[in-house]
Amino acid sequence: MSDFITKISPNKPVYEDNDPQDELITLNIGPTHPATHGVFQNVVQIDGERIVSGVSTIGYIHRAFEKIAEHRPFYQITPLTDRLNYCSAPINNMGWHMTVEKLLKIEIPKRVQYMRVIVMELARIADHIICNGILGVDTGAFSGFLYVMQEREFIYEIFEEICGARLTTNIGRIGGFERDFNDIAFAKIEEFLKRFPPVLTEFMELFDRNRIFIERTSGIASVTAEEALDYSWSGPILRATGVDYDIRVQNPYCSYEEFDFDVPVGTKGDVYDRYMVRNEEMRQSMRIIEQALSKIANEPKGVFHADVPEFYLPPKEQVYTNMEALIYHFKIVMGEVETPKAEVYHAVEGANGELGFYLVHDGGRTPYRLHFRRPSFVNYQMFAPMSAGMLLSDAILNMSSLNVIAGELDA
Amino acid sequence: MDKIDNAYLWDKLTSKFGQDIVQLHDGFDLLTVDVHVDAIIPVLTFLKQDEELQFIHLTDITAVHYPLQKKAFEIVYHVNSLINNIRIRVKVQLDGIHPEIPTATTIWKGANWMERETYDFYGIQFLGHPDLRRILNVDDMEVFPMRKEYPLEDPNRVDKKDLYFGR
Repeated sequence: MSDFITKISPNKPVYEDNDPQDELITLNIGPTHPATHGVFQNVVQIDGERIVSGVSTIGYIHRAFEKIAEHRPFYQITPLTDRLNYCSAPINNMGWHMTVEKLLKIEIPKRVQYMRVIVMELARIADHIICNGILGVDTGAFSGFLYVMQEREFIYEIFEEICGARLTTNIGRIGGFERDFNDIAFAKIEEFLKRFPPVLTEFMELFDRNRIFIERTSGIASVTAEEALDYSWSGPILRATGVDYDIRVQNPYCSYEEFDFDVPVGTKGDVYDRYMVRNEEMRQSMRIIEQALSKIANEPKGVFHADVPEFYLPPKEQVYTNMEALIYHFKIVMGEVETPKAEVYHAVEGANGELGFYLVHDGGRTPYRLHFRRPSFVNYQMFAPMSAGMLLSDAILNMSSLNVIAGELDA
Repeated sequence: MDKIDNAYLWDKLTSKFGQDIVQLHDGFDLLTVDVHVDAIIPVLTFLKQDEELQFIHLTDITAVHYPLQKKAFEIVYHVNSLINNIRIRVKVQLDGIHPEIPTATTIWKGANWMERETYDFYGIQFLGHPDLRRILNVDDMEVFPMRKEYPLEDPNRVDKKDLYFGR
């Protein structure tokens, strides 16, 4: 025993180089580990607390959506897209609707576009709340998470008012919305605009200048813009490296070009920058929602879908009483509407980055091929290579700030 | 600098690669070209490294299966030039049961998982890929499930025939 104690001196490592315990340890992070926030696995080799190498294994909740989509008419694919990034399902829904509308060349009324903008930005805020809140939890600060989660709950109440669902929303239809926003929904959106900024400020006050938080996140998992582009990153984590690539600005959809908002960028691309970029994006989303509300006030009331009877299901009560409605209902449900033979790629700025839909259509009832370009899937492939040399606890924070959603990873 | 448009981009590509590249269409304002498999890596490298074009962002790699065509597989690359704000879709037609194509991981590291996914679902062999394994399906799976000959559901079921669903 005394022999051992003499070995421990401040300037000498406990284990010598010839120590039998210097072998690497293999550690499974996941598939069901609280730190992964989803079902995916990383097998890492660690030397003490430092990661030497890692392998990511994904596919635990692969549900073959692309195969299923080849067997379903367009409007039945919307519920599939819900389950990609389930933290911001409305963005996926509307991205898909806009893809089909692009294929069918459907003109969408301005009011519907602004309504979509409101819903998408609310979803973006909900997603960023989750990511930043959980990032706080992973650094050991639980209370910030509780403050903002209450607001996410309120966003879900708005969704509930608009479409009846909360998480997997299936919101909207091809051509617009299934019903108009009611007065309660508008009142709740306005209430949200009032109550969220002080909460966000409070949340940021808890973290932004918090010494523990900064030391845990600043300089961790720093990524240069070149590396990020090499790995095809997109979204907030790419912007944190200093590349101002935002599809809302670059290829505007849904009249985003009419809105006045800033694209926040970081400098170092570390965990702290990603956190700051997401926070600022929430503020910008609030600005967009405010502008959209004032724009809606100037549009004719009661317009909530485009005039495309061949693709937009008529109200059910009309199907029973109105001949035309019955014919269109039949044609849509039986898939007898003429559709063009074409291929189309449409991308929207999802909460995690470029969410693209590549649709090859042969004029049939279902897509010939539908491919989802899922930002989490593309972003996450850098995780294992960049973890090498990182402390295990830092790698957990890095994973948390990449905001990997298992549903989007696996499709 | 003037904005690069599809016509200019096509002129530039065709003067460089001539016979190896064919324009398919530019529907929805997205130039789509068909490239011979031997020229795919030079074309992608040119797109990325040309000082004017700078297609630095590889957006997506996927495949489409056309079982009735002689060249049954089509690999589709979407590449984005963030600086010029223009996208291009590059296609390669392949035939055979285990079609082969050189990997794009030498140009973009991000192509790694995209190619693994394409291999997983279509059985495309990406030559020179550092780690060509299945990614979403289980490792001991023997078929490539996104090929058209594999049905969505168990074909032996009698209660779910396609004809009952208008398919």
